[in-house]
Parts: sequence; structure tokens; C-alpha cells
Amino acid sequence: MIDMKDIVKQYKMGTQTVMALDGVSLKVREGEFVAIIGPSGSGKSTLMNIIGCLDAADSGEYKLAGLNVTDAGEGQLTRIRNENIGFIFQGFNLLGKLNTYENVELPLIYQRVKPAERKRRVLSALERVSLADRMNHRPNELSGGQQQRVAIARALACRPSIILADEPTGNLDSKTGREIMGMFKELHESGNTILLITHDSAIAEQAERRISIEDGKIKLPARKLTVFPGRPCETAAEACDGPEIQKEVRI
Amino acid sequence: MIIQTIRMALKAIAGNKMRSALTMTGIVIGVIAVVVLVAIGQGTTSSVTSSIEGMGTNLLTVNIRTYKNPITTDDLDVLKQNGSISGIAPTLTQSVTAEAGAVSYDSGSIVGTTPSYESIRNQTVVSGRFIKDPDLDNRSYVAVVGVDIADELFGTRNVVGETIKVDGYDFTIIGLLEEKGSTTSGSSDSQIIVPYTLAQRLYSETSVRTFYVSAASSADVTNAQAVVESYLNSRFGISADSSDNTESISRYYSVFNQSDMLSTLSDTTGTLTLMLGGIAGISLLVGGIGIMNIMLVSVSERTREIGIRKAIGASRGNVLTQFLVEALVVSLFGGLLGLGLAVGLAGILGRALSMTMVISPEIVILAIAFSMCVGVVFGIYPANKASRLRPIQALRYEG
Repeated sequence: MIDMKDIVKQYKMGTQTVMALDGVSLKVREGEFVAIIGPSGSGKSTLMNIIGCLDAADSGEYKLAGLNVTDAGEGQLTRIRNENIGFIFQGFNLLGKLNTYENVELPLIYQRVKPAERKRRVLSALERVSLADRMNHRPNELSGGQQQRVAIARALACRPSIILADEPTGNLDSKTGREIMGMFKELHESGNTILLITHDSAIAEQAERRISIEDGKIKLPARKLTVFPGRPCETAAEACDGPEIQKEVRI
Repeated sequence: MIIQTIRMALKAIAGNKMRSALTMTGIVIGVIAVVVLVAIGQGTTSSVTSSIEGMGTNLLTVNIRTYKNPITTDDLDVLKQNGSISGIAPTLTQSVTAEAGAVSYDSGSIVGTTPSYESIRNQTVVSGRFIKDPDLDNRSYVAVVGVDIADELFGTRNVVGETIKVDGYDFTIIGLLEEKGSTTSGSSDSQIIVPYTLAQRLYSETSVRTFYVSAASSADVTNAQAVVESYLNSRFGISADSSDNTESISRYYSVFNQSDMLSTLSDTTGTLTLMLGGIAGISLLVGGIGIMNIMLVSVSERTREIGIRKAIGASRGNVLTQFLVEALVVSLFGGLLGLGLAVGLAGILGRALSMTMVISPEIVILAIAFSMCVGVVFGIYPANKASRLRPIQALRYEG
């Protein structure tokens, strides 16, 4: 689903150049539930932006659902965002002037989905997050958990190839956070690919697989080198290449 | 998609009613100014044009200034033989006070003339008849009067057969002229038209001082003017060499060409209309700058919204269209509202100031098109700015 090779991204902060991502390689298979974990400033948000096609890498290769994103132009990136990626943000990012229904409908309008089909998909997405009875409420009339569920419904309505969640529980109390995580697990069980970004290891624990990122690099699990001294992983990508290896590491 | 975009624009406009209303006001005032001022300009043009046309088209007015070699009706008969001249009528005009019983009217004028005056000056008799040749031969005391005379002296327009006293002489009214309204050179509504021969006798005038010539067609006007001028030149002994010396000629006579006057006047009023429209256009421009200002504020206010839209799949074109449609809707609403108010205002002004206001379809289309143009021109910069926002920066923006 996601195939990244040697992604580099630099930022200029005044005269200093900050290496936000320093040769990140990463694979996510279809149907996986992956958590990217790292402290603030580790480059995980930059990684998420690049995965989400909100930002372009300086170098490296990135394929999403078979599409080569590296060479994509502005228009193509827009389409990829629209059709392949469902964003869920920490701050929900709902449009305050639109009600629940309209917020979920918006990406479908941009996709030019026909009105009848649009209505069907919006309603089924809202059913899925059990918010069908809050259709005409504006975001400011909903609780934080409800708002995040609207955001999830908005992501689901597009039937994206991958759901990208950036600290989805960061603005929620722990109980609501658990509810939302429960929802992610449900979505995963029904076959969705989910990429979760968080700094909270307790949240990351709930994912199927975890990838640590620090200082713009994928961190090798320290234990691995000691367990298999004769066969070190050559790259971080290899270390993080799927659940099988992860399991080996645990042995 | 377009319907959705318009719906979104309406929502955004409705979400900020006060601001939208104020922005619209700029356009509304601009459009009112353009439409009303141009209506005044065009109204003036049309009333001037129609009053000149009311005096008769293809018309030459000849004034004799000298008493040497006096012109007589015989000279006019000679001129009339020319093919480019269809009619010729001498006039003798005096300001008079007219009386009927105890009522008097002192702003009338008596005009002695011949039957051809009727067609040359586009006069229409609504009841009774005009002066006829036998009236001239008999020097009959008959008069054709304008509506003001009838209204002031008799209080009715049913005046044929009544007697009117002018300078001590009694005249029988034989006809009533059609109402012309005010014209630029005195109204025929306050005229008392009598046989030319009688007027000559009453005012002891033997020579023709003023006469009207009508050309056979509008193409013949220049021809007819040349014929009249060359006849008068030879009559007054003005040599061909000095014929271009207009100052010396003007001591003898002057020929006034109606179509020259018409084109001069319509040029003037046309310039006036353009100037008024231009001044009003400036206010529309100011309204447009208001739209741009508000749109720019709106773009930076809604940076986060733009970021969200882009993140969930709005393309540059979507965002551009959204903001452009918003600007267009504001300007179009403003334009339509302004147009409605302008039509009302023009009606009220026209009645209050008894001015002719002409709101032509062209100006309606122009006002709407111009206000939409203003919307597009001044909306494109903010809309473009919005569409160029990078989604991550827009999402991070804390507005």
C-alpha cells in the first residue's frame, strides 16, 4: 500500500537547515494497522504530511496504492489526497459553518460523486460512527469525541485506500480516546489500512505494528541487534518491513 | 459542482451578513450612480433631440439683418422653384398680450406666417384648421392658437370659434395646435398664428425678416442651404470672393441649419452622459476595491478552512472558484439591488424634477456586466491567493 524509499526532507529555519527526514524507508501492506511513534520534533508529522501528499519530499521514492507520488503534479496530488487518503487530525478540522452531514459530504462533492450516491455514502458513514442522529448539528454543538467521529466518518465516506490519523486522541480525555481507538480497531478488523501517528506509546501499543522514529530516522529496535548479532538488519526499512520481522524481534 | 459552489458561496455570504451587506453597499451605490446619472444624461439627450426634431427636420432658419434691398415674398417664390427646397415660409413674430373677456395672458407671441409653415415646422392642428391661402388674400382676422393660450384664456381646449383680442384687434380662433411641450426656442404652445399679410399690415413691416426653408430631404439640406446662400449673396451684392468671409456675410443675413444644431447638441449631451457615467464608474470602482479588501480579509480569516478543504481533496481550481463565485455573487447581488433602486430613484427623480429619465436596456446590461466584471477583477487576486495556499501551512495557521 505504502512503499517509501530513502525519503529526505529538509527545512530551512533561518540560516539553519533542519533535517526533518533523513532517509526514511517504510512499507505498509494493505489491511495493516501501523503506529508511527516518536517524540515531538522527531519528524513524524513531516512523515505523515508526505504520506498524506500534503507535502513533497526533497528526494526519495514514494508509491501509494501503486501510484508514483514522487512525480505527481499538483493536480494529481489533489486527486490522490481526495480519493486515496482519509485524514483524521488531532484538532478534528471540521468546517464550523457546516453541519455534520455537510462536513462528511464535502470530500464527496470534490470527488464529483452523484447526489444520490453521495447521500447513500454519507448516511452509511454516519451510521458506522453512530452519529446518524446528529446529522444537523454543527461541530460546536458536539462533544470532542463526537467531532472526531464526524472526522472519521468524513474519512470513511471517501472509501480511502488508507486512513491517516495524526494524534487522533490528543485532544480527547482518556475515556473518549479509548472509544476512538476502539473504533480504529473495528475499522481495521473490517479491512481498512490505518496509519496512526502518536507520541503516546500506550496508544501505539494498540496497533498491530509499531514504527519508531527519532531525529528523522527510523529507529532500529535495540534488542534486535543483540538477539541476532550475526544477522543485523542493513536498513531501518528492513527492520520495519512487516509484522513477521517484528515477531522475530520479539523472540 | 457549480450548484454546490454557489450554495457554499451563499452560505459563506450569509454567515457574515453585516460584512456582506456593507460590501454590497459599495456596489449598490456604484450601480445606482451609474444608472441614474446615465439615465439623466440620456434623458437630456433624448429631450433635446426630440424638441429639435419637434421644430421640424430638414429645416433652415434664415434671418435677414440688413434693410438694404429688402427681401419680399416674391423672392421666396423664386427660391421655392428650386428642386432641393420643398417649402418656404416667412414669419413675423411679436410678443403680445392676448385677452379674452376679462382674462389676459402676457407671455404669448403672435406669429404671422403662410400655410406652408404648418408642414415646415411640423405643426399639427388638433381641432379646426390651419391658416389657408384665402386668409392671406383677404387678410382675415383669424388665428390658430397653442394650447397654453386656450388653457390660460378659456380654461378649455374647445376654443374654435371663440374670439381673442390681441393688441386691440379681435381674431376668430379657427384652429388649435397640438401640444408640443417646452422646446429650446420658445414653445409653439403659447403662439397665436395669424395670416402673414395681416401681420405685415398690423406691424407695418413690408420686408421679410425671417423665413424657414425646408429641404426636400435630409440629404438636400446642404444643397438647399447653398441655394439660399447664393441667392442672398447675389441679392445683397456680396461677391463670391468674400463669400468665405463669414463675418461680413453675417452683417447681412444668417442661415441656421437644424441638423448642424442637432448634431452639435447631441455631441454635447453625449459627452455629458459619458462624463456623468465616468464619474459614477469611479464609485463603482471604489465598490470593487471594497470587495477586494473584504475578500482578502476573508482569505486570511479562512486560511484554516482552506487548508482543511485542500486536505480533504479540494483542488486549486475548487478553492479559486469558491472565492471567485463568492465575489461574483456579492457583486451581482449588489448590481441587481442597485439596479432596482436606481430604476425606482430615476422614476422618483424624474417626477420630482420633471426631468426625462431614460433607462435603456444597454445601460441595464452595462451596469450588471460592469458590476460582475468588478467582482471578477477584484475577486481574482484574493481567490488566487487562497488557492495557492499550501495545505500544511494553511492547516497549521492559527487564525
